[in-house]
Amino acid sequence: MTVGPIAFMALAALLFCIGLFGALSKKSAVLVLMSLELMTNAVNLNLVAVSRFFTPVSMAGQFTAAFIIVIAAAEVGLGLALVLALYRIRRTVELDRIDRLRG
Amino acid sequence: MPEGVAFVPFLVLAVAVVAGALMVVLSRNVVHAAFWLLEVMMAVAGLFMLLSAGFLALVQMMVYAGAVSVLVLFTVMLTLRRREDAERPLDLSWSAGLIALGILIALAAGIASFVAPQAVAPALTPGVAEFGRALFTQRALPFEIASVILLIALVGAVWWAGGEG
Repeated sequence: MTVGPIAFMALAALLFCIGLFGALSKKSAVLVLMSLELMTNAVNLNLVAVSRFFTPVSMAGQFTAAFIIVIAAAEVGLGLALVLALYRIRRTVELDRIDRLRG
Repeated sequence: MPEGVAFVPFLVLAVAVVAGALMVVLSRNVVHAAFWLLEVMMAVAGLFMLLSAGFLALVQMMVYAGAVSVLVLFTVMLTLRRREDAERPLDLSWSAGLIALGILIALAAGIASFVAPQAVAPALTPGVAEFGRALFTQRALPFEIASVILLIALVGAVWWAGGEG
């Protein structure tokens, strides 16, 4: 018994929406970044699955997923550095209490 | 079309991914959520293996399971003053759930109406050697741009997190 691309797309859609729910509802900056990582993983999973089933020779989706992994690593590094910098100034990671753009 | 992947490993890994993702969102403890995120990433690496993307599975393990989860755990521990601060209210909001559910329904409708394009199964599935050759020839420019972006992000992260001086 085998599964095709539809099962992978459905799984990726479900993972993406769980991540989106977390990113929209969490109030801790670290948890929001973790939910964003879930969403990136869903996108990568979808790309690799579609690449495996529809462009198996050129592996286009695999290359895109590899570059997305690089960019996502840069994103989470910068995001966590921002969280640390904010924590040093404000002593909090609660997004509700970080409500001033300046000073 | 290339033949599908085995059902039982897919089911096991899919359940691990969805359950782990739900635990990331629903667990009250930030440290537990970070470890559930690690579990999700390892399950996704397993799915990459199933999809015969061995190199990406390795990269996923090294970058996400290795580096990103350690970074997340460091940030969690540096931003907690007391042990009890790891326990948080659940903060789940109805409006966020509605938005996520709406997007899930839209995605499901898109997937349901998806018509698979014709694809020919290759005689031999390309492996890591073909991946690497293409990465350094026809995709050398994006590769170099990605390395520059990574360097800039690294310098920026050190600058932001490093403090005064």
